[in-house]
Amino acid sequence: MYRYPMNTARRRFLLGTGGLAASALLPNVMFARTGGSARLVVVILRGALDGLAAVPPYADPHYAGLRGELAIAAPGAADGALALDNTFGLHPSLAFLHQRYLGGELLVFNATASPYRDRSHFDGQNVLENGLTKPIGTADGWLNRALAALPRSSGQAHERAVAISQNVPLILRGDAPVMSKSPQATPDVDEDLLARLADLYSRDDWFSARLSEAVQTEKLADEGGSVAAAPAMMPASAPPTGATKPAADRVSGTARMAAMLMRSERGPQVAVIEASGWDTHANQGGAKGALAQRLGGLDQALRTLADELGPLWAQTAVLVVTEFGRTAAVNGTRGTDHGTGGCAFLAGGAVRGGRVIADWPGLAPAALLDHRDLRPTLDLRSLFKAVLDEHMRVDAKSLATRVFPDSSGARPLEGLMRA
Amino acid sequence: MQTEIAVLRFGLGARPGDFAAAAGDPRAWLMTQIRGAVALAGSTPLAPAEQIFVEVSAARDERRADPNPAAAFNSVRDAYLPHYRAQVLARAQSAALTERPFAERLVHFWTNHFAVSADKGAVFGVAGTLENEAIRPHVNGRFIDLLTAVEQHPAMIGFLDNQYSVGKDSDLAQIAARRATLRAFRGEAEVTNKPKREFGINENLAREILELHTLGVNGGYTQGDVTSFAQIITGWSIGGGKGRLAGGIPGRFYFRDTLHEPGAKVFLGKTYYEEGQRQGEAVLADLCRNAHTANFIATKLVRHFVADDPPPAAVERVARAFLKTGGDLPQVYAALIEAPEAWDPQMRKFKTPEDFVFSSLRALNISPRQPEEVLRSFDLLGQRQYTPGSPAGWPDTSKAWDGSDALMHRVLWASRLADRYEHGLDPVGLATSSLGAYVRPETVTALRRAASGSQALALLFMSPEFQRR
Repeated sequence: MYRYPMNTARRRFLLGTGGLAASALLPNVMFARTGGSARLVVVILRGALDGLAAVPPYADPHYAGLRGELAIAAPGAADGALALDNTFGLHPSLAFLHQRYLGGELLVFNATASPYRDRSHFDGQNVLENGLTKPIGTADGWLNRALAALPRSSGQAHERAVAISQNVPLILRGDAPVMSKSPQATPDVDEDLLARLADLYSRDDWFSARLSEAVQTEKLADEGGSVAAAPAMMPASAPPTGATKPAADRVSGTARMAAMLMRSERGPQVAVIEASGWDTHANQGGAKGALAQRLGGLDQALRTLADELGPLWAQTAVLVVTEFGRTAAVNGTRGTDHGTGGCAFLAGGAVRGGRVIADWPGLAPAALLDHRDLRPTLDLRSLFKAVLDEHMRVDAKSLATRVFPDSSGARPLEGLMRA
Repeated sequence: MQTEIAVLRFGLGARPGDFAAAAGDPRAWLMTQIRGAVALAGSTPLAPAEQIFVEVSAARDERRADPNPAAAFNSVRDAYLPHYRAQVLARAQSAALTERPFAERLVHFWTNHFAVSADKGAVFGVAGTLENEAIRPHVNGRFIDLLTAVEQHPAMIGFLDNQYSVGKDSDLAQIAARRATLRAFRGEAEVTNKPKREFGINENLAREILELHTLGVNGGYTQGDVTSFAQIITGWSIGGGKGRLAGGIPGRFYFRDTLHEPGAKVFLGKTYYEEGQRQGEAVLADLCRNAHTANFIATKLVRHFVADDPPPAAVERVARAFLKTGGDLPQVYAALIEAPEAWDPQMRKFKTPEDFVFSSLRALNISPRQPEEVLRSFDLLGQRQYTPGSPAGWPDTSKAWDGSDALMHRVLWASRLADRYEHGLDPVGLATSSLGAYVRPETVTALRRAASGSQALALLFMSPEFQRR
């Protein structure tokens, strides 16, 4: 396979030969990272983020030609990429992420994908979240199974994870108890009504469990402080709604709620945030335009998360992933179609960042998968395993069996987190 | 229980009188509903898609003149907004008032199956027209007619970007190539430094027709089939446009021959020699006869009406009816009605936000009068009308809407609704008229002991038996 000569350095990180697994030699450091101190936020971008726009390989000789008007110019040019290294940049809308990169708190992954090789969003998201090699086969998610594998320390009887949503996405479903909490604060519900409902539900386990969980989550949110008022209720006379809210506001509000819950005293260690609208088949734009706006919203949300987490940011890793990348070439409608290889980000104070990790296959015609997609060279599960191992201290055996079955080919990356 | 199941599971919840209407012969009551088009109940006037497209296109032209991009964006949104609001209100009113609730549920089912999302700015105000113009007329017809009406509706074409998908050998691409050659021959420099636009296909609509509308994701097609099908339906577009692309009636389906990739094409191993628009229609016809399609549609119907894990025997029965009748939808629905699994007395489906709200409205025998009553409810409860976000529609398994936070929002909504409507109501009587034999004794006791009429009503709407269907 054709490879870029400059990428041998990058491959070193991939194979982990540079790191001496320092943490294993330093039990005191390991201690500092165990228990409830590590925080993990997973951001799922639904709809397939175009990795070649978010992390443009501006130095690849085929990039500009394939991308046409969608190409992001090299750093230094007008509206050019924000420089990462001699090959890759960040989309100009990702200013906060770039700042974190320069500050050594962002790892950028390119040419990565889950084991899924077809091009359905819905199956792709299933594989991204179920941790298997195929879209069906289990009703629970890898992050939930990872939580279930964590040792239960004292004072951990409560839920360790929250989905910032009314409902729990697949990645967090499973045996380990998790909370769900939508971005808006819920106005107080009459306590007497809740008590009577609890009574009415006493012979129905399903309703009973959900209600008590909801009541507890409300308490946590109250502790963390109020965020935004919920929309007014049905009989109301306030101005009409119905227009779609700008995506940027929505994701930032979600990030703020995640931070608020995580910083409360018995708050969750793990949060999952979802953002949709990445399916840019038409008129996706380049340095400016529709996708640029979405990326700006994502960047703002991550900035909000960091700001709101405050001192907790130092213990935090934020994993940003999508179901697959998009076609290497622009399509007939100034957009891109469903592809394979894409990008991912790992940001946070706990991350040993400032590096791009990519075994770059290049965009030459012969290098493309099925003559159309960026060929993935890194299994996302290698990244997931590394984060769960180095950051969350999930044991290697659980990772290789329960959490990611059939994943022996996806060895964990090493040296992603600060020692 | 058969009467209750017909009204609560197949229908949209009991309005006063529904149980009485269904009581004699619940199956016959269902069968009478699945004949002919299903018009909207209620009286909110709705503009057709073509009128909306024309209005928005005028707003877009104004926007080109406006130097402020935010004002420009808003002008399009503002042109769409009243139509979106009217469509949402009309849907809720129809659900609250209809006397054919099984047919209405089927309309909702197909709208979700053929989902377009108002989240996409370009189709914000026409998302609901697909339901009213393509689905309601054909919901009780043949699947091929429903499918064709949907795939040729401007809302679907615009949502999945097919209007400017261009064949590489189409007339348009050829003319552009000749012009470029001519310019090069004359030694003319490029006039602009903007990158040249390449003509090509957009495979979005083709892929989703196969994956989401007909065969299903494991339906035996390859990436090559997707690409080929995308070539086949190049030219399926929307009328209007300017300059060389002017043609057709603005806002209506229009086959643009100049964008169409000419010649025979192979799809799923068969060569299609038809020309123009008919080539795509021939593929749709074959897709309707495909066993994968029958199985995919049957699975979704049974999941919707019976249980999140659809019982295989029921799926097989419905799929067989689909294949045998060539997709004659009333006979497909009849097979569903005949499936014993559909009459299991245990209520297995946790209601979706719409099921919950619509059944509450029907129980109270009320109908919303203003769009914001509906919009605010679903901003709170989730699954606001016509915004599934993706072409897959809302998921139909309860994990997607049964979070603990979602339950708390229901409590909140139910108590607000109860505060407003408690006056002069008998909660225990309402429990019987809305749930029939499904009311549990402990719920009746709780209603009798409630601190207020409003609290009793909220308890009824939040009772496990009201929350399931």
